[in-house]
Amino acid sequence: MTQTAERPDTPPSAPARSRLVVVGNGMSGARALEEILARGGGDTFAITVFGEEPYGNYNRILLSEVLANAAGEAVDNEDADDEIYLNPLDWYDENGITLHAGVRIVRIDRPSKVVYGDDGSVTPYDTLVLATGSRSFFPPMEGMWASTTRLTPGVFGFRSLDDATGMLEHVREHRTAVVIGGGLLGLEAAAGLQAHGVAVHVVHPTEVLMNQQLEAEASKVLRSKLQDMGMHMHLGVKTSEILVEDGRVAGVRFTDGSDLACDMVVVTAGIRPNIGLAMVSGLETQRAIVVDDTMRSVDDDDIYVVGECAQHRGEVYGVVGPLWEQAAVLADVVTGTNPDARYHGSRLATKLKVAGVDVAQMGVKIPERSSDEFVQFSETGRGVYQTVVIRDGTLIGATLVGDVSKVAALTQAFDSRSALPEERVKLLFDLGSADDGAAAADLPDDTQICNCNGVSKGDLVGCVEDGAESVSACMAATRAGKGCGSCKGLVKEVVEAALGGAGREDPADSYYVPGIPMDKPTLMREIRSRGLTSVSAVFEALAPEGRDHVGSKMGLTALLRMMWPHEFVDERDGRFINDRVHANIQRDGTFSVVPRMSGGVTSPDQLRRIADVAEKHEIPMVKLTGGQRIDLLGVPKEKLQEVWADLDMPSGWAYGKSFRTVKTCVGTDFCRFGLGDSTQLGIDIEETYKGIEGPAKMKLAVSGCPRNCAESMVKDVGLVAVEGGSWQIYVGGAAGATIRKGDILATVDSHEEALRITGRFLQYYRENANWLERTYDFVPRMGLEYLQAVIVDDSEGIAADLDARMQEAVDAYVDPWASDQTERTPGQFHDALPLVPLPQVPVR
Amino acid sequence: MSSVDVVEGRLGPVDQIPVGEGRAFLVGDEPVAVFRPRSGGLHALRAICPHRGGPLADGLVDGEVVMCPLHNHQFSLVDGSCATGTDDVAAYSAAEEDGELVVRLRHT
Repeated sequence: MTQTAERPDTPPSAPARSRLVVVGNGMSGARALEEILARGGGDTFAITVFGEEPYGNYNRILLSEVLANAAGEAVDNEDADDEIYLNPLDWYDENGITLHAGVRIVRIDRPSKVVYGDDGSVTPYDTLVLATGSRSFFPPMEGMWASTTRLTPGVFGFRSLDDATGMLEHVREHRTAVVIGGGLLGLEAAAGLQAHGVAVHVVHPTEVLMNQQLEAEASKVLRSKLQDMGMHMHLGVKTSEILVEDGRVAGVRFTDGSDLACDMVVVTAGIRPNIGLAMVSGLETQRAIVVDDTMRSVDDDDIYVVGECAQHRGEVYGVVGPLWEQAAVLADVVTGTNPDARYHGSRLATKLKVAGVDVAQMGVKIPERSSDEFVQFSETGRGVYQTVVIRDGTLIGATLVGDVSKVAALTQAFDSRSALPEERVKLLFDLGSADDGAAAADLPDDTQICNCNGVSKGDLVGCVEDGAESVSACMAATRAGKGCGSCKGLVKEVVEAALGGAGREDPADSYYVPGIPMDKPTLMREIRSRGLTSVSAVFEALAPEGRDHVGSKMGLTALLRMMWPHEFVDERDGRFINDRVHANIQRDGTFSVVPRMSGGVTSPDQLRRIADVAEKHEIPMVKLTGGQRIDLLGVPKEKLQEVWADLDMPSGWAYGKSFRTVKTCVGTDFCRFGLGDSTQLGIDIEETYKGIEGPAKMKLAVSGCPRNCAESMVKDVGLVAVEGGSWQIYVGGAAGATIRKGDILATVDSHEEALRITGRFLQYYRENANWLERTYDFVPRMGLEYLQAVIVDDSEGIAADLDARMQEAVDAYVDPWASDQTERTPGQFHDALPLVPLPQVPVR
Repeated sequence: MSSVDVVEGRLGPVDQIPVGEGRAFLVGDEPVAVFRPRSGGLHALRAICPHRGGPLADGLVDGEVVMCPLHNHQFSLVDGSCATGTDDVAAYSAAEEDGELVVRLRHT
């Protein structure tokens, strides 16, 4: 029935509905629509939207992330970049909105109340909303344009998804970029490009980077941080010409006559409101389209304007906060929900991350009157600079660079004009006061927490009071944290404070897997007492109505394999595809193959075999991994068995929630600083605990001295040799999405003891950690002292049992590549994408 | 072109698909993933995830949905509808007839 899209072009419309047309489908157009729908506008209006770009609307704030993220495209990345779309195309259908993507409105016939599209369409309206936004400004300059409409190849604006993807294409083969304009957008572009390994030069006409937001001193601190990151700055100079050779960018020339060679130019010299449509249609425009306090054009009662193309009381805003406020007022008035709603302008407070450096700014930048108080703190070594400006006892401005921990309290003081501490310095520092958790609870309700979507603490608390039981539920309901994402930590604190205070917790948060309402200890008790040895048996006995649940299978499989090393009934449908075929699925449906190379030590024979296999099977990419192994990427599923056989090496388990690898340094054999034989210990640990499965992956390392070349302090378990023949055992370290330095669980004085304590810790982790809980969360949750007591001092008398159960798992180990040389299930290695030629990844 | 023609694939024994899993087949020139949930029945969906082209036949399955192995989008086994925010996937009819797996596509 629902086979294919057979959705009508226009919703079945009751004739009484009046026609609302929105021109512009960017962030402000979309926000205006959402606000209108939230006020029941979907019933009042037949809504039509025109968007010039051929996409659904997307979050422009995340463009920088699109640019930067693609640099780090990882092998097992999860949610990728569809977060950038604010509303998928379905959203328009679901809300009965007709979307014309890729159609530009060229004229408004105001007397007849119709708009003309560049596709020849004529669309009548009763109410028109203009949200045409703005565009990059390209200063007139020789060499900028290849034709009247096309930029010289290699020149980019930074405004649309097309700009970002165009740049991504370009950086693959180009090495030096010049960014013209060192404002916020320019620095974001520069940082994004730098993440791709491109040498970046920023050209800015004054000495003050981000001069819209920052004064000279603050800018200087930012500049030196960016320079430390390797960015080149050309300040106080202007670009006079873009040098072109063979129709492509070859360099830029400055007004002082000097040249700089480059193969890419990004122009971020400001934005200009798109007001052409309004001008030809006879609406009053100055810098932008002039509106009154109801966001209505001053010339036409049926035309509203919102966003960067609106000029209100002389101000044109280019950041999102004011757009949200405008959209709310517009919706109140248009839908009649509150005809008296008025927009009074916005006080600008911005909080952002510029190329990894936190910056927050509100109000005035520097004291303006001799009576203004000015508190200034500068710690250039750490790249921190903070100022506040106070007038008549109230905060009228603040600038924070490098450390924005006090931004919530300052924003509150700024917005509410509340009384300030006598000791002004307390505005910037906690002088022996409470921690952040208490701070979140103490914030007044009207403190804005999410500056992108304008969500206050009160909104979040209200959400909790309305029954939301988790941080993610509050984020979904309010959109807090869904813009740039920098406030997620604070959102979590506020929601958790609210949840804790109300004494309510989402019981589902404690479930081991979502499909079975039990925490891990209860679940394990039930499984053991009922003797449940298969995933289907667990569902049948313990799930509501005995229903199986797709998102719970993997966690249960892992748990049962841990609990029943011998008795486990292996149901292959309980495994994720990686665990069915012992390889890591890639974006094109091919797999990666990583053989075990214990301790990162290999041999000419192994390397020769790997090379032969790569040649024979035309492996598209052979890559060294971070765990000191060799990854063969792009192997189709049906070739896996053959590749394994030809390699004649054991599985390295690079695909599992399992013991992965032990990274080592060269230790005492060769290193002149080595204190312990880290290589051998690493090999021993890996050979012993290879492939042991758990709640999440386990990455280990052994370093032969405190120089720590194997990065032991940021591993799930990391060992470091210290003088005197001892090994320090760190646990709970991480250096991925989270960075955490491990804690010292124990210091031992032999290989054997190091091996045993490592195994005992891993077994305790396997038995007690939640599904997908890495050690960096597990160790602080349990508490280091407790872990030391149980694992090292055997305070609960379970050490011998832990060791025995780990030994049982070790004894039950089978190399999956060897054992699955014969098919375990029919079609285990069959192609799942017939007709799609694989691999699709580029061959390097 | 406007007439409804049904493309039928007779795909051999149902046992090719292990219980609780899915396998991919070609029916005409359409790649189809057929699933055999533990709770019974046979379900057929287009084999390619509309989000990023992931292989749905490799996904985990329960009584109601299949979960794409690439980004965890979930699709109803019955009608292909997606509850996790990407496009729906086409659903086809699958049945066991005389011990043989039969999938029918409807092209309109």
